Amino acid sequence: MKYVDEFRDEHLARGLAEAIGAAAGPHRDYRLMEFCGGHTHAIFRYGVQDLMPPNVRFIHGPGCPVCVLPMARIDHAIALATQHRVTLCTYADLMRVPASERQSLLKAKAAGADIRMVYSTQDALRIARADPARQVVFFAIGFETTTPPTAVAAKTARAEGLANFSIFCNHVLTPPALRTILATAGPDGVQLDGILGPSHVSTIIGSRPYAFVPKEFRKPVVIAGFEPLDVMQSALLLIRQINDGRCAVENQYTRTVTADGNRKAQALMAEVFTIRDTFEWRGLGFLPNSALQLADAYADLDAEQRFPVDVGPVREVKGCECPAILRGVKEPTDCKLFGTVCTPDNPMGSCMVSSEGACAAYWSYGRFRRPSLR
Amino acid sequence: MNTDRRFPVRLDLKHGTVDMSHGAGGRAMAQLIAEVFQVHLDNELLRQGNDQAVFSPPPGRLVISTDGHVVAPLFFPGGDIGCLSVHGTINDVAMAGARPLYLAAGFILEEGYPLKDLVRIVQSMAAAATAAGVPVVTGDTKVVERGNGDGVFITTTGVGVVPEGVVISGDQARPGDAILVSGNLGDHGVAILSKRENLGFEVEIRSDTAALHTLVAAMVAAVPDLHCLRDPTRGGLATTLNELAHQSGVGMRIRESAIPIRPEVSAACELLGLDPLYVANEGKLIAICPAERAADLLAVMRAHPLGAAASRIGEVVADPHRFVQMETRFGGSRIVDWLAGEQLPRIC
Repeated sequence: MKYVDEFRDEHLARGLAEAIGAAAGPHRDYRLMEFCGGHTHAIFRYGVQDLMPPNVRFIHGPGCPVCVLPMARIDHAIALATQHRVTLCTYADLMRVPASERQSLLKAKAAGADIRMVYSTQDALRIARADPARQVVFFAIGFETTTPPTAVAAKTARAEGLANFSIFCNHVLTPPALRTILATAGPDGVQLDGILGPSHVSTIIGSRPYAFVPKEFRKPVVIAGFEPLDVMQSALLLIRQINDGRCAVENQYTRTVTADGNRKAQALMAEVFTIRDTFEWRGLGFLPNSALQLADAYADLDAEQRFPVDVGPVREVKGCECPAILRGVKEPTDCKLFGTVCTPDNPMGSCMVSSEGACAAYWSYGRFRRPSLR
Repeated sequence: MNTDRRFPVRLDLKHGTVDMSHGAGGRAMAQLIAEVFQVHLDNELLRQGNDQAVFSPPPGRLVISTDGHVVAPLFFPGGDIGCLSVHGTINDVAMAGARPLYLAAGFILEEGYPLKDLVRIVQSMAAAATAAGVPVVTGDTKVVERGNGDGVFITTTGVGVVPEGVVISGDQARPGDAILVSGNLGDHGVAILSKRENLGFEVEIRSDTAALHTLVAAMVAAVPDLHCLRDPTRGGLATTLNELAHQSGVGMRIRESAIPIRPEVSAACELLGLDPLYVANEGKLIAICPAERAADLLAVMRAHPLGAAASRIGEVVADPHRFVQMETRFGGSRIVDWLAGEQLPRIC
């Protein structure tokens, strides 16, 4: 496949692996946090860790939108569909995420709630147009990557006067999460030497918003694409910065990311959304200014205002280590539930659901490294 | 010309729809059977009009298999539920190394379903059965109220015979055996998905639905000591290999670079965040045979139109953990696991 196979080339990978082996001096460890689930997925799917010297380790970051969504928000979404009988349109990844009381969107659907999997906001709009008598709510989730399409949907609904369409907004922002990880790093938190920065997010926001990382935390950042060669080349760039004692924001993913990002998309987001005072992240807790809600001018499209719901207290699964795994403090195999009661067929925590989640990636692709787990 | 005096007015096959009386056992049902099913599926045994078909099996051991078909949409690029229900069961019978003889078909129709579409489905079944030489010799029709079905469900049961001495079974894979596939993977699943999700791809991907019994017959004739045959339908290659590894108590190692996948299927999967190894096929088989017979088997498969793109993709290995592992194109290795839940597209 053109423009894809080039970034999965075995010979280039071997060359990069040699360069990394030569650059990574044996006298120290290189602990590199890959921020995104997309990186984690590539590392496991292509066996990138196999090609690394033992002192270069990837630490999995919190950049999987499904994984960081707190259970309360899934409970809320289920309540929209069950208490208000709305048609809830969601991206498919969310269907199996565990909610309180062993519920999930998939189980709520089986019990009769009208929950539909869609590929884009446009599908949700189409469903709303087709049946004006039915309230259609779009379950908006994701980092800055998926936010502009939600903004377009809001503007389209407004322009068409689509009165039966609204948005349950769960869009979150990358820089505050990165700041929290770095602020808590150190002896008690995660230990890391460099960051593989988000690729698709940076296509939208640019590389500039990460300037605080070298400036305030003295850590290097390399914006890294999601193909395996991207990840390897970015690891090499990080190792070189670390060896040179430099820390700067470098951009490996130059084929789409610029310093300023996509200005048009940023303008759309600024028009439709405003920053929430605080929002809960699974694993990271309540982070100030870390998420978006619909701006006042679009508040009539806000499903949280249109359909007030009564959600009980959240019941987290006892023993689930997703929060520590999302902070990079623990590895999936440190969790007692991993591979015993928690598997992709019966996920207890969100990291086991999405194929970008660290636990699911460990289980699905890396289990043979610890065959006792089967 | 209508020669059956029981039904003075013919069914309206242009504008008519299925109603509850078509499943009630009375004259309306008899008319539906006569004018929709018998007329197209016609054969000597069906014509007898009994609730069962009576025949003497040829020598060999009997094979029986059944399969319910619930595909949505009912018509898709490259096929429809009619031919699919014939191919699916013929293939399940054939995977024992058997020659399929006859099919039985059970229809569950939803009230309100257009008769003209039902006729298209039955015609497609008839064409598939005739082409395969495996007639539908008995059947059943039920009607459920509107909203309780999805248009048409078809369950088919097939019987066949396998020659004495041929023992092909999922528990026969042995370490050292070669693993082969008969052609490009993922066509059916992507064809269905492209219609279901209104994804307008520039290239139309067609289902690979096909009856594989003639391919199997050629393979068994050339390599009678074949160990396993299975068609990787739901769950795709990955799930089928895990089933076979589990049944035989072995591990498997496959090479990503040897697995045949069309570029357009692989592109569609890339776009949708799906793994083609888990996508369904309806006209492909996996064969496992002793390594020293693999070259012969591959040659026979490639000489058959349904096996032209056949490939040897890996080996059976001893592994108490029964892992299916894949050497990635990238030079690493990873597990190819059972499918968890259903395969769902990713957000980003």
